[in-house]
Amino acid sequence: MSTAPQTLLDKIWNAHQVAAETAATPAILYIDLHLVHEVTSPQAFAELRIRGLKVRRPDRIVATMDHSTPTLPPDANGKRPYLDKATEAQVAKLEANTKEFGVELYGWNSSNRGIVHVMGPELGATQPGMTIVCGDSHTSTHGAFGALAFGIGTTEVGHVLATQCLLQRKPKSLSITVNGKLTKSVTAKDLILHIIGRIGMNGGTGHVIEYRGSAIEALTMEERMTVCNMSIEAGAKAGLIAADATTFEFLRGRERVPKGLDWDNAVKLWSGFKSDPGAVFDREVVIDAATIKPSVTYGTNPGMVIALDAAVPAAKDALEQRALDYMQLEAGHQLAGTKVDIVFVGSCTNGRLSDLRATASVLRGRKVADGVRMLVVPGSEQVKREAEKEGLHEIFRAAGAEWREPGCSMCLGMNGDIGKPGQLVVSTSNRNFEGRQGPGVRTVLASPLVAAASALAGVVADPSQYISEAA
Amino acid sequence: MNPLTHIQSRTAVLPFENIDTDRIIPARFLTTTERTGLGKSLFNDWRYRADGSEDPEFALNKPEARGCEILVAGRNFGCGSSREHAPWALTDYGIHAVFSSEIADIFRGNALKNGLLAVVLDEADHRYLLDHPGIELKIDIAAQTIELPDGRKIEFPLEPFAKHCLLMGVDQLGFLLQHEAQIAAFEQARAA
Repeated sequence: MSTAPQTLLDKIWNAHQVAAETAATPAILYIDLHLVHEVTSPQAFAELRIRGLKVRRPDRIVATMDHSTPTLPPDANGKRPYLDKATEAQVAKLEANTKEFGVELYGWNSSNRGIVHVMGPELGATQPGMTIVCGDSHTSTHGAFGALAFGIGTTEVGHVLATQCLLQRKPKSLSITVNGKLTKSVTAKDLILHIIGRIGMNGGTGHVIEYRGSAIEALTMEERMTVCNMSIEAGAKAGLIAADATTFEFLRGRERVPKGLDWDNAVKLWSGFKSDPGAVFDREVVIDAATIKPSVTYGTNPGMVIALDAAVPAAKDALEQRALDYMQLEAGHQLAGTKVDIVFVGSCTNGRLSDLRATASVLRGRKVADGVRMLVVPGSEQVKREAEKEGLHEIFRAAGAEWREPGCSMCLGMNGDIGKPGQLVVSTSNRNFEGRQGPGVRTVLASPLVAAASALAGVVADPSQYISEAA
Repeated sequence: MNPLTHIQSRTAVLPFENIDTDRIIPARFLTTTERTGLGKSLFNDWRYRADGSEDPEFALNKPEARGCEILVAGRNFGCGSSREHAPWALTDYGIHAVFSSEIADIFRGNALKNGLLAVVLDEADHRYLLDHPGIELKIDIAAQTIELPDGRKIEFPLEPFAKHCLLMGVDQLGFLLQHEAQIAAFEQARAA
């Protein structure tokens, strides 16, 4: 063993190499946890069937359905309002595949079903030092626990189902240190939007980002998940935050974590998964938390970010001009004050209990503006239950927002939760690509606070006016 | 997977940067449970007008782009989601090679596992291809070269294992399955 200081990435990587990489072949990397959902798995199960293969480790899979699922409840006969036959068939296929291959499914009857990246941590299935994959790019969410977690394609889903391994070249490492304290009304979402705006939507390509520094250490687990979730929006393979007391406290007592003496041993083991002092990264970026303001996207990729109080910058090239034209925005004008049609609170980025609490803190006792439709979609059944226990759903409904069933919903609109061409959506999700939330729909990515404030104001709005009253 | 050794075709050029996977294949087409049939929805919201007819202004709809097997795209092609439907849609349409100056990690990995040569060229070579749409290229994967109409050759990098798999038509699952004993030993060592 080398005695040189190692990064967290080095440590997780080395602990999972079944075979090291050579010039001719990638490493064979063992995968601890495989998250499976209905959209990216059917062709992988079909491949196993064609080859007569079994699922090697069903015990290392968490399967659920989230993307194609309706977010309106079933009718009186129990019939779920799927968008169409194809979405219904896709979910049915997952039910059939998991049954055939002996994989446990957190299905319609599960009290734990939810967006796969919300569920994994809730169950305690996501643990420090693990390798975690899913046929979904937002698998980076789980890096908040000090796990190397990344999205894969369907062919690789098949590889993991059959062998519990992947062929991988080791990515480079990028350290992003955020020092100091975030100011009031600046959330984890603003922090990650700011970071993506700073390094660019391809600033992390080929790298795993490790987020470090006092501002990161001060974040709750839910906030850390929001940050790591959007690592892929900077092009990074994964985002990592070393596990610490906050992590252990979050995991303690959850369904899938070790218990008793095993828990103590696990914490001891997990505590070692952090970058050594003096570990060398391929690149390093340092950010002062105090300089970050509530931030939103103004263009058609997640790297086009401005502070909410800033003017839309001039287009640097034809592509950016095209983005401004699509967004119907003019350089030099403020995005704040732009008329809003829909507000979406939810997704694997911001669909957790703390996000719903933040939303409710702004909406409490107030009304969504006339002409604005607001959807609040909990990230999981568990989030929904806890929110209802606190009465948050009553606050949303009283304000005039729709309180939906858990799922990915309007983040990508696969289930039919979309806007109409030209409509502007203030969304707590992760991508503002052209057409992502429906053909011609314009997306502004924002924190739950900004989203809620915009719903009340009927225009993109700063939340501080509402927060100071609530505080 | 069929071996892919040479590609000879004119190029189609989409000069835009950051062409994301939602652009390549919008999410509403991901409800399929098959790998095939996605070509008709490739670049759907660019290719077709609201009434469903083809937009004659879109690069791939121009007569000279019909049948092109090589796509030259602006920087950071394939960013966004992990959907393998993106390379499936491209290959189903008939594209066998994508060149850019930067390609998103997950997309590139997915492409190379599906007989789609997705490679990054240096800025100058990329710029040349962007500026000369429709030229005929001869790609030799074993030699890692692209021959231009004037006989000049451009070299491109290709990860050795992906190259081996493309040339031999080998799929990577077969390779992994050969390591079953090592995988089992790894699991036992960790359990101990």
